[in-house]
Amino acid sequence: MANLLELNNVSKTYTSGLINKSSNTALRDFSLQLDEDEPTIVTVAGESGSGKTTLAMLLLGFIKPTTGQIIYRGKDISTLRGRERLDFRREVQAVFQDPFAVFNPFYTVDHLLSVPIKKFKLAKSKAEARDKMDEVLTAVGLRPEDIIGRFPHQLSGGQRQRINVARALLLKPRLLIADEPVSMVDASLRASILETLRNLQRDHGVSIIYITHDLTTAYHIAKSIVVLYRGAVMEAGDVEAVIKNPRHPYTRLLIDSIPWPNLDQRWGEQEIIARESTDANTGCPFYGRCSKAMERCKLPAPLFQIEPHQAAACFLYDDQHQIDAACLSEILPA
Amino acid sequence: MSSVKAQDRQASASQGADLLPVLRVQNLEVTYFTDAGRAKALDDLSFSLKAGEKLGIVGESGSGKSTLALAMMRMIKAPGRIEGGQVMVGDTDLMALSDEEMRQSRLQRIAYIPQGAMNSLNPVMRIGAQMLDAVKSHVEGVSKAEMVERCLAALESVDLGRGVYQMFPHELSGGMKQRVCIAIGILLQPQVIIADEPTSALDVVTQRQVMETIDRVRTKINAAVILIGHDMGLMAQFVDRVAVMYAGRLVEVASVREMFTDPQQPYSRALIDCLPNLKVKGVFQGIPGLAPSLLRLPSGCAFHPRCAHVMDICRTTRPEARTEPDGRSTICHLFDTGVQ
Amino acid sequence: MTHAASPDRVQDPGRARAVLHYLRRNKSLGFGLFALLALLAFTVIGLLVIDPNDAYPLAAPTRRAPSWDYPFGTDFFGRDMMAVMVVGMWQTAFIGVVAGGIGTFLGVVLGFTSAYFGGWTDSVIRVTCQILTPIPVLLIQVVVAGSLDKRDVTIFTMALIVVMLAWMAPTLVIRAQVLTMKERQFVSVAKLSGVSDMGIIFKEIFPNLLPFVAAAFVGQIFLAVFASFYLAVLGLGPLREPLLGNIIWLAQAQGAFFNGWWWWPIAPSVGMILILGSLALINMGLDELANPRVRKSE
Repeated sequence: MANLLELNNVSKTYTSGLINKSSNTALRDFSLQLDEDEPTIVTVAGESGSGKTTLAMLLLGFIKPTTGQIIYRGKDISTLRGRERLDFRREVQAVFQDPFAVFNPFYTVDHLLSVPIKKFKLAKSKAEARDKMDEVLTAVGLRPEDIIGRFPHQLSGGQRQRINVARALLLKPRLLIADEPVSMVDASLRASILETLRNLQRDHGVSIIYITHDLTTAYHIAKSIVVLYRGAVMEAGDVEAVIKNPRHPYTRLLIDSIPWPNLDQRWGEQEIIARESTDANTGCPFYGRCSKAMERCKLPAPLFQIEPHQAAACFLYDDQHQIDAACLSEILPA
Repeated sequence: MSSVKAQDRQASASQGADLLPVLRVQNLEVTYFTDAGRAKALDDLSFSLKAGEKLGIVGESGSGKSTLALAMMRMIKAPGRIEGGQVMVGDTDLMALSDEEMRQSRLQRIAYIPQGAMNSLNPVMRIGAQMLDAVKSHVEGVSKAEMVERCLAALESVDLGRGVYQMFPHELSGGMKQRVCIAIGILLQPQVIIADEPTSALDVVTQRQVMETIDRVRTKINAAVILIGHDMGLMAQFVDRVAVMYAGRLVEVASVREMFTDPQQPYSRALIDCLPNLKVKGVFQGIPGLAPSLLRLPSGCAFHPRCAHVMDICRTTRPEARTEPDGRSTICHLFDTGVQ
Repeated sequence: MTHAASPDRVQDPGRARAVLHYLRRNKSLGFGLFALLALLAFTVIGLLVIDPNDAYPLAAPTRRAPSWDYPFGTDFFGRDMMAVMVVGMWQTAFIGVVAGGIGTFLGVVLGFTSAYFGGWTDSVIRVTCQILTPIPVLLIQVVVAGSLDKRDVTIFTMALIVVMLAWMAPTLVIRAQVLTMKERQFVSVAKLSGVSDMGIIFKEIFPNLLPFVAAAFVGQIFLAVFASFYLAVLGLGPLREPLLGNIIWLAQAQGAFFNGWWWWPIAPSVGMILILGSLALINMGLDELANPRVRKSE
């Protein structure tokens, strides 16, 4: 079984300053493998500062890891050149959060669709290109005649985000990085966008890495979940298990703070501890806010496997079998 | 001055006078006169709020909810214009005040925490200086030491250390900045606090922290709180009553329990149905169609093109609000007298 | 872009109407453009009507006051002032556009290269600009123009002298704009769509910078015209040519006002005020146009 994507102990650290060097670890020792033959949806969940955006940038090849490698279909992506690099670009795509920012305000919105058609030679003639655009626009619930020829500011946010998703449909990549695709979209529209993404995985064999801070949408779309905090994996596993029965104190706090649209499911059972420490470069990143913090936590905790498909990086579970960070994918359900 | 008012309020609260509404909005109308035509952002809007009560105004983008907040603060700028209506805070109609009186009323009677408030903090001024600015422009005859003490007390009530007074905005996280904005909002102990999407850019945990903070300060000064947003989940966890806004009108106003268990108006019902629930995985639902542009509203009921229960009358006649004695109101032909 | 009309779509007002509407609102730009167009019309029509040779000495009887034959009078050397105005403005325009064009071009190329490729290139270009900026331009221009052999001073060399120290400002402005633009998400998406670096510069970023480039161009023209004017007024211009600044210098050297030949310096002065004024107004108006906030409110 070949791997579509392999992240091997990838870390990204940003250093700044010439004399007083300060460094910030955006992502720490992250490993993941995605199978080529079994497209799946993995959620990477975390708040801002968790490293999820850094992960997206690394996967898309926009930034280089400080240590570790990112291997796409057997090749390290930092070594790709020419034809291979173009293929990589074709097969790894993204849907971003802000529906407006992805459009170049100088051009009409079809520019977003026509450029990749041209660059990746997806159509042989203008007419064929137009047909393809019409096809994907209709597939996301838009009327091509209302969209083609318009400028981005003339359309609503929902329409713009749908066009973004249409672009993904058009390109049919092998790997799609969806970075908060519905967080800036009205509730009534989220459903159809998420449905389209799910169809991409189910019917077109696209593997999706769904990055979000909203666990409710993650629950509905993904099979497996990885929870990040300040660059480190806190908990990972089957999405049902992690959300219904969170083990790590951070995941517990996260789930507890979700505003359920349900009067009988109240948030706020756990107190939020505001020990907002900044330099937590050694030890567990959650130490400053953890209600269960112990002396041991001044050292980073490895992943402990609690269930076949659930693991938490917390010393509370040190009686369980410990697994290496590189084997994260074994926890995630196929 | 404000301390006298607070004492009054506490006294009247203990007499049970908090049963009278502290905020009454009546027939509020706002129109935007744009190059592309006239957009009626607020159409004959009415609702009321008691002291200490929390009202959530829910609407999707383009529904007019931010306009409502600005209108109540009389901060509507050209090309928008307040065309009519009253906003009564206590016994005072804000619409009838002079510009100077209204300026005094802002922050003192009614406070507004805008969306992205944390970005509205002046990046080159210390937090303390900005808070003092707000106090100084409203309160006279109070010594500087006392004003500083009041600012520090406000910071403490939002769970921020007194040291924040000396800090600059960039030294604080998003959640902390938002709490500073809440602190500024409660400095003069207003009777009504309007929070417009106060947590939109914040993470789930920080969001909870900020909402719990708003709740705590509300209890302390017995203010009425209006939460404007689009997240129904947040409403469920925080507010007492919910008002759903669509195309410039409050299509339904009900208690939060009624809204979530038995919504009446078709749009509110559709909104509730959209909510993902943890019991059934993978089931998605949306509302077909698009929200109408305020420039070109459909005839009759603005929701009729998307309504699953549309009748002939909905296409031609504008439905009027039907208010029940307990305060619940619905705007829908399905609930006209005579129709079941 | 053609598209099928659908009944419930708002009719976009025609492009021309939208432009006129905007000009009415942006009064600086409106007035400035109007004045400039009027001046251009004057020059162009003038060139068709008058004989350019009349702008040079001994073409007409000297020191005549304005009359029907000579609407702007004649000067001490026998130049027909009307011809002088026409040819002078044409030459001023030439210097302005050539110098302005070169300055803008340099600014765009250097600014883009610096911002997009970063690293050493950026440091070198940026530091060079920053070091050269505080140099007193007038001083250098006067020294250079003054040291040239009188025969080498032509309108071309004048243009070059002006450009010499004018390219830094557009470079830094364009660089700043490109730096922000290249972080925009539509650039990332373009990269994901397989667009090359050059493609991104020319097709994605550059079109969005057109307002800034236009504003820089107008600014450069203004500087060039103004510089040619003050250098000529100081007597450093190509004295034979009827450049407006030259005329003023000559008039002053001959004591025109004291001798009662008021029409001699007045015409070029008014001309200069109109040219510089219209350019300045256009510059201010374009400033407003380049600000996206203003554009959105249309």
